[in-house]
Amino acid sequence: MAAQSLTRRGILGGTAAGLAAAPLIGRTAPSAQESPSPAPGPVRTPEMQDIVLQVNGRRIQLTVEPRTSLLDALREQAGLTGTKKGCDRGSCGACTVHIDGRRVVSCLTLAVRCQGRAVTTIEGLAVGEELHPVQAAILHHDAFQCGYCTPGQIMSAAALIEEGHAGSPDEIREWMSGNICRCGAYPNIVAAIQDASVQG
Amino acid sequence: MQSFTISRPGTLDAATAATAAPDTAFIAGGTDLLQLMKQEVARPTRLVDLDGLLPDAVEVLPDGVRIGALALMANVAAHPEVQRNYRAVSEALLSAASPQIRNMGTIGGNLLQRTRCNYFRDPGFAACNKREPGSGCAAIRGENRLLGVLGTSRACIATHPSDLPVALAALDASLELRGPNGARRTVALADFYRLPGDTPHIETALQPGEVIVAVLVPASAGARRSCYVKLRDRASFEFALVSCAAAVDLQRATIREARLALGGVAPKPWRLPQVEAALQGRPADAGTFADAAMHASEGAQPASQNGFKVKLIQRAVLRALETTAAA
Ligand SMILES: Cc1cc2nc3c(=O)[nH]c(=O)nc-3n(C[C@H](O)[C@H](O)[C@H](O)COP(=O)(O)OP(=O)(O)OC[C@H]3O[C@@H](n4cnc5c(N)ncnc54)[C@H](O)[C@@H]3O)c2cc1C
Ligand code: SF4
Ligand code: FES
Ligand code: FES
Repeated sequence: MAAQSLTRRGILGGTAAGLAAAPLIGRTAPSAQESPSPAPGPVRTPEMQDIVLQVNGRRIQLTVEPRTSLLDALREQAGLTGTKKGCDRGSCGACTVHIDGRRVVSCLTLAVRCQGRAVTTIEGLAVGEELHPVQAAILHHDAFQCGYCTPGQIMSAAALIEEGHAGSPDEIREWMSGNICRCGAYPNIVAAIQDASVQG
Repeated sequence: MQSFTISRPGTLDAATAATAAPDTAFIAGGTDLLQLMKQEVARPTRLVDLDGLLPDAVEVLPDGVRIGALALMANVAAHPEVQRNYRAVSEALLSAASPQIRNMGTIGGNLLQRTRCNYFRDPGFAACNKREPGSGCAAIRGENRLLGVLGTSRACIATHPSDLPVALAALDASLELRGPNGARRTVALADFYRLPGDTPHIETALQPGEVIVAVLVPASAGARRSCYVKLRDRASFEFALVSCAAAVDLQRATIREARLALGGVAPKPWRLPQVEAALQGRPADAGTFADAAMHASEGAQPASQNGFKVKLIQRAVLRALETTAAA
């Protein structure tokens, strides 16, 4: 039954299987009272799979539904909330992480397909207390306002520099186009990346 | 997103057999499929993972390149042979989506991206013949600024949103397909996409369980002198309002052969035979280009909000021709 496949996220976000068949228009997320009481973690269902990921150099084991995105697995199961959810559709870049060294959007990545892969999130970029050059430059250039897009901007920028796409402000803008900043901190973000690329 | 299972068959034959069943879909990069599933436009209950079952490399052949269906968009765009001798392909890929999505999206998946018509992507709107055959078309009297002006029908005016197939159409590419019984066939890209007519939900020649294995792009003088021009509402990370791929074979200053295709304006990559005929054998100069570009929007039937595309098509064609001539 639907109740068994509900996760905490499903209840809070109204995205669980039991609700899927109902029309979404005009529907608000059910409150906790009208839903069965949530279990602390996801309730085990037959489709669930155990996966092992290397996250920021640490081996972590998770039990996920096939539909769980890497983003939700990181935030809600691994407790790594530095990676942000903006659009959940690939169009804002807030959820950018590196998989096996390449930048991707974690909202369109299924966690079950990351078995055995190396995932780097914003929490894993610094080396001990030493910030990654992009982190330091973002601070130095005051390259954010609300900060919501910032982890994604930093992950994308760190990859961009590795890829060799920091040759000019225009090139940086083009190769940062997958990261949207609603506060419009772009000029300082570009300056920070330029700065970090010469230091890095 | 509704719940589903995901399987990883050990062989391609097992994967194609499994996917011939109803409510089953292949997943490659997942960047379009998962978006559609999150919006409950696609509702498969079983996903079949193609990872490891199809080629993912660019093979350089004596007479062309064979691009594996699972090759990542980013890798193909950066491939030295593609950059050198199939420039329009590299430029189209680099103009598509974002660096992150190009690290995830595959060539096969890109060819099968569904339309970006907002009514199609939002099941809150009841009327969409492509999503729900026979339900009507909300776009024809609604928001249609981004939609098609060529090859559309009374049932659907949506466009194919991908950039890559536009370049492939200009380069006369073909697709290697493989069906559930192991049957292989090769289909010209020009014959792969269907016009909407009364059945806009049928978009390609692909049969249930059939996969795209690879894309074959023949080498040619035109491919070596090719480009992709994309005009859009913002400078990057945006779909085309109008795009144009051009491949021009020049002998000294005379055009031996030109092949052009448009994107962003039709349900499939739109070849321009009238423009090609107006270029063939003529001097590659501003006068020829201007004359030829005038033919580019022949037959256009704009909807209420996208009349601007008629002129923009001509300008995109002109820019593409000037770019190839200067290359
Ligand atoms: C925010 C955003 C912006 C974008 N902007 C652009 C843009 O400007 N230009 C552009 O061209 N694209 C753009 N895209 C689309 C993107 O390029 C596609 O989503 C991507 O190419 C799809 O590839 P995939 O491997 O992820 O496909 P998937 O999502 O895995 O699959 C797509 C479809 O193809 C089927 N499929 C996949 N591979 C095969 C195969 N080998 N054989 C048979 N069936 C197969 C799947 O079953 C599914 O139906 C954008 C996407 C996003 C999210
Ligand atoms: S244009 Fe096509 S995809 Fe868009 S609403 Fe009409 S039928 Fe649906
Ligand atoms: S949350 Fe993933 S791109 Fe917006
Ligand atoms: S700092 Fe607010 S969205 Fe970028």
